[in-house]
Amino acid sequence: MTSETSSMVSLRGVDMPLIRRGSGPPVLVLHGGDGPVDHLPFAERISGSFELLHPTHPGFDGTPIPEHFDGLQDLIFLYLDLIDSLDLQDAILVGFSMGGWLASEIAVMSTGRFSKLVLVDSVGIKPGGPFDRDIADVFALSVEELLQATWHDRSLAPLHGQMTDAELQIIASDKIAHGLYTWEPYMHNPKLRYRLHRIDIPTLLIWGENDGIVKTEYGAALRDLIPGARMSVIPEAGHHPHIEQPGEFAARFLDFVSG
Amino acid sequence: MRAWFFTEDAYPYLPDADSYESIRVSLPNKHFDPETGADLYNMYLDMWCAADEMGLNIMNNEHHQTATCMVPAAPIMLGILARETKKARLLILGNPVSNRSQPVRVAEEMALIDVLSRGRLECGFVRGVPYETAPANVFPYRGTEKLWEAHDLIIKAWSHHEGPFNFEGRWFHARQVNIWPRPFQQPHPPVWITMGSAGSAAQVAQRGHVGAVFLAGYPKIRGIFDGYRQAYSDTHGKDMPIDRLAYCALISVGRTEKEGLDVAEKLLWYMTSNKVPPQFSNPPGYHAPAMAATIMRGNNSGTGLPTATTLTEQMARGNVFAGTPDQVYGQIKNFYEYCGGFGNLMMMSQAGFMTFEETLTSMKLFSEEVYPRLKELTAGYDPGEMQEIRASLPDVENIDVSALGSEFVR
Repeated sequence: MTSETSSMVSLRGVDMPLIRRGSGPPVLVLHGGDGPVDHLPFAERISGSFELLHPTHPGFDGTPIPEHFDGLQDLIFLYLDLIDSLDLQDAILVGFSMGGWLASEIAVMSTGRFSKLVLVDSVGIKPGGPFDRDIADVFALSVEELLQATWHDRSLAPLHGQMTDAELQIIASDKIAHGLYTWEPYMHNPKLRYRLHRIDIPTLLIWGENDGIVKTEYGAALRDLIPGARMSVIPEAGHHPHIEQPGEFAARFLDFVSG
Repeated sequence: MRAWFFTEDAYPYLPDADSYESIRVSLPNKHFDPETGADLYNMYLDMWCAADEMGLNIMNNEHHQTATCMVPAAPIMLGILARETKKARLLILGNPVSNRSQPVRVAEEMALIDVLSRGRLECGFVRGVPYETAPANVFPYRGTEKLWEAHDLIIKAWSHHEGPFNFEGRWFHARQVNIWPRPFQQPHPPVWITMGSAGSAAQVAQRGHVGAVFLAGYPKIRGIFDGYRQAYSDTHGKDMPIDRLAYCALISVGRTEKEGLDVAEKLLWYMTSNKVPPQFSNPPGYHAPAMAATIMRGNNSGTGLPTATTLTEQMARGNVFAGTPDQVYGQIKNFYEYCGGFGNLMMMSQAGFMTFEETLTSMKLFSEEVYPRLKELTAGYDPGEMQEIRASLPDVENIDVSALGSEFVR
């Protein structure tokens, strides 16, 4: 087990929990709509040779949504403050799903504090036309449909029926925060596609081959908008390749960031 | 007491409920036959016109993407009734202003109806039920705050008459507001707001609007109405006039007890047909996390309505008043005294497969044999005396409320 510390970072009245795990070059991890990922096996592997910096977005994991927050832009600017306050240098920026969108928005502002960017089954753009459902509407899918779209191996999905009331309330709160950051335009910023050209650091997209939320074609469209980006598709994985194939995920991640 | 005839204008001719996932949001409209729909629209308008002729007031509402309510634009139906009726007050309960993007447009529509009806409009504003958020594409978080912002803008649009004013709020922006027409009633039509808890009731009471409650029944009505009365006297320094409170129940009056109960069974379609899966009844941000969690666990439908219910149970809860005129009067009087009095009875007297004839029979019996006695009951309203009666009635216990939503606000 690698060393781990947790603290609360206060940024102009907004408190963010921050987990630091392992030692080495910094990796800033931006979680997705399902909440923190610091406790997962892939994080344990990566923290063997890097220092993971894992903040929790406001509203997730039982934290409050700041009164003035309306959408992702509030989160982007909070993170710009956080990144400055941590004085990150040559950090690796990695984002999962909604966190990938967040990472992209941060990167198009400036890549000055980052050396590499990793986007995992990321949202953020709309490749298709008005009638195309480019991103599954996770807020309108039935429990069954959502499981189907999210997982390659559904036995890995958390089961609500086995959770405590407190755990279920955390998930309900996470969903509110997820909705706040992504509702409309749904899971994307129409302007982002015109800004992604500004990303001038090596970028890797990691994708689950069977992701039904954002399919590999979506990933390819995102890749094509980022100069020099590569895409690595992991078989037998859905929207969470870092959970379904943690070993393969860590190997591809480490291969990219160490290269 | 003022009574308001209400039907939600259902389209009940549906395939077996086992064949679809939801009656709301996603039920394909191939199941809507336009010929049948035309018949139904005309039948519902005829019912409202009959209510006018019987001396009842009129209430209507709207829902979207659902067979439970064929009217997605209540102002259109109310516009027809403003022209077709003569005496009835016209209540819309209400405009879903948390889900509509242009409050100024709502102010204009309502002013038109008020002028056309020569001042008969009563204008409700609602947050809307959870399954309205998907059709509106609206994130329901902070929906109540959004409702009040729209409310403030509409009230000013109605009551400001000296040329354009500016509004730049959190949700709504309108920099040149100067509606034509302005309302017939001055300074503006009476306002109604739905409420489902003491907290939401306080916000309505502070503004002095009519607070409307749907189907809270014995288990919850005291908390809500007590909250309103307390906040009203705290804010305004006097007792609440009885016309500030409204209660909606399912009502069926028969020539015999059997007829009243048989028709009430048909009214229950409103509750039993409301099949809605959690992704629509529990959108993120509508319910507080504790409530959302109980829906996720499957202990609660999230609709605020029990999908499996019996008439006996619903009558015991105070959600249905049914039987002979004497029985219905007695049931309403009991409820009225239990909750400390209210001056408006919203009566859902048609639902599902109830025919025109069945509905008119019930309405006529109500208007001739129940309504006069209710008017007499409330005419003698004395706040102090009423509270004494209320205090003498113990809290109704042993009613399982777990199947009901904690905050049923339409």
